[in-house]
Amino acid sequence: MLTQEVATVRKTALYDEHVALGGKVVEFAGWAMPMFYEGIISEHRRVRSTAGLFDVSHMGEFLISGADALPALERLTTNRVASLTEGRVQYSAMCYENGGFVDDLLVYAMPGRYMLVVNAANLEKDLDWIRSNLTGDAVVDDISDETGLIALQGPASEGILAGVTTADLTKLPYYHWVRAEVAGRATTLSRTGYTGEDGFEIYCDPEDSHTIWSALMEEGKAAEIAPVGLGARDTLRLEMGYSLYGSEMDANRTPPEAGLMWITKLSKGDFIGRDAIVRKMDEGIDERIVGFELTGRGVPRPGHRILVGDDEVGYVTSGTFSPSLGRGIGLGYVRSDVTGELSVDIRGSHIEAHTVSLPFYREGSIKRGR
Amino acid sequence: MGEKDRLFTETHEWFSVEGDVATLGLTDYAQGELGDIVFVELPEAGRNLAAGDVLTTVESVKSVSELYAPIEGEIVEGNADLEDDPSLVNSDPYGKGWIAKLKLADGTDLSQFMNAEQYEAHIKG
Repeated sequence: MLTQEVATVRKTALYDEHVALGGKVVEFAGWAMPMFYEGIISEHRRVRSTAGLFDVSHMGEFLISGADALPALERLTTNRVASLTEGRVQYSAMCYENGGFVDDLLVYAMPGRYMLVVNAANLEKDLDWIRSNLTGDAVVDDISDETGLIALQGPASEGILAGVTTADLTKLPYYHWVRAEVAGRATTLSRTGYTGEDGFEIYCDPEDSHTIWSALMEEGKAAEIAPVGLGARDTLRLEMGYSLYGSEMDANRTPPEAGLMWITKLSKGDFIGRDAIVRKMDEGIDERIVGFELTGRGVPRPGHRILVGDDEVGYVTSGTFSPSLGRGIGLGYVRSDVTGELSVDIRGSHIEAHTVSLPFYREGSIKRGR
Repeated sequence: MGEKDRLFTETHEWFSVEGDVATLGLTDYAQGELGDIVFVELPEAGRNLAAGDVLTTVESVKSVSELYAPIEGEIVEGNADLEDDPSLVNSDPYGKGWIAKLKLADGTDLSQFMNAEQYEAHIKG
């Protein structure tokens, strides 16, 4: 049954690895990806305590090059590309003219060009959007098929990776990248991730993914490194309050509503969506993302109603059981005036909750400002 | 009540009957598919169920699933241990991870259910 479904979707170069490791493979954004191996909770805890290894080769990668790559990207994305010096990585977004999100992405400043890393589910849409909106001497190349991506995440990551790379990781700060060998293979290596822990993302030739994956699994043995699936990737990001496209962000939501004005630089000059975002902020937003914790038993799920008393004030966009906190947590859009006590309608039961400031989890090992 | 007397449904419940009481839970296959179970709503004693009624809901990290009553009956007991440790459903689905006991109605027909061997074939099918 499952194998039939999987046969119709794409497989990463590490697919056989996932199967051999006992991964429960599911379809995600057109890819056969592991949801979990041992279990979401144990994999989550492994990343928080030592290290976990993720195959995220399904993500999309584009190169933007040409003499006008910088101004073209400045117009396409919300963050300030001009402040992105070579060797740095930036979290950013692309918006439509109406301010709604096309996608969120990472931008890598490379010699004479930029690499964009986009969500797998949005790859074609993003590529079309970029092609139609590139200006001047700038071209986009989709290098997704030639790019594998392995994420090593957790407080023990640096020690593990140091054993198999030529890079001096003590000189690689958060949100920086370097070209280096890992397990003897050429890679682009960045100190980035989606977990709230210190860690690295390793871009490589898909043909090298097996060698790199195996070397990291071997080197991480003493730290009890474990493979981690998409399930724990989601619980880890949600404990950090990180947004996910399709949940907190979509074409109908804008950066001020999503709490993403920190990656939206209105002062940098014009960019696609700027006028609509400014207008939205002048008018005042009706709804915004909040984080909430359940005090009662239950797990909030996307689409559940959020209430204050009997008044419906919003809905859940992401929800899960937090392995670190041992209770239900979630993000949701609620009316802008709402804060404090709430309840979540879980199949007819109104479960008590209250808003909290993000992140939910505050013990992460990210090394900022080094 | 031996392992070989356990009966199975297409919706991945198991139950075994002793006298007129059926002990019921989620199959090992089902718990493996759901992954880490974090809440099981305690089935309340005294509630009468028709075959196919929702007996309780089981929440894993990733999803919520309903557990159906395979047979008509009255809930005599829910497994209160699962309130403290719902992961028993993962670690011991046929033992400490049982979910409810149902008092069967008279003349319940058990012939429609699968035995272990048939269920094994069903999940591989």
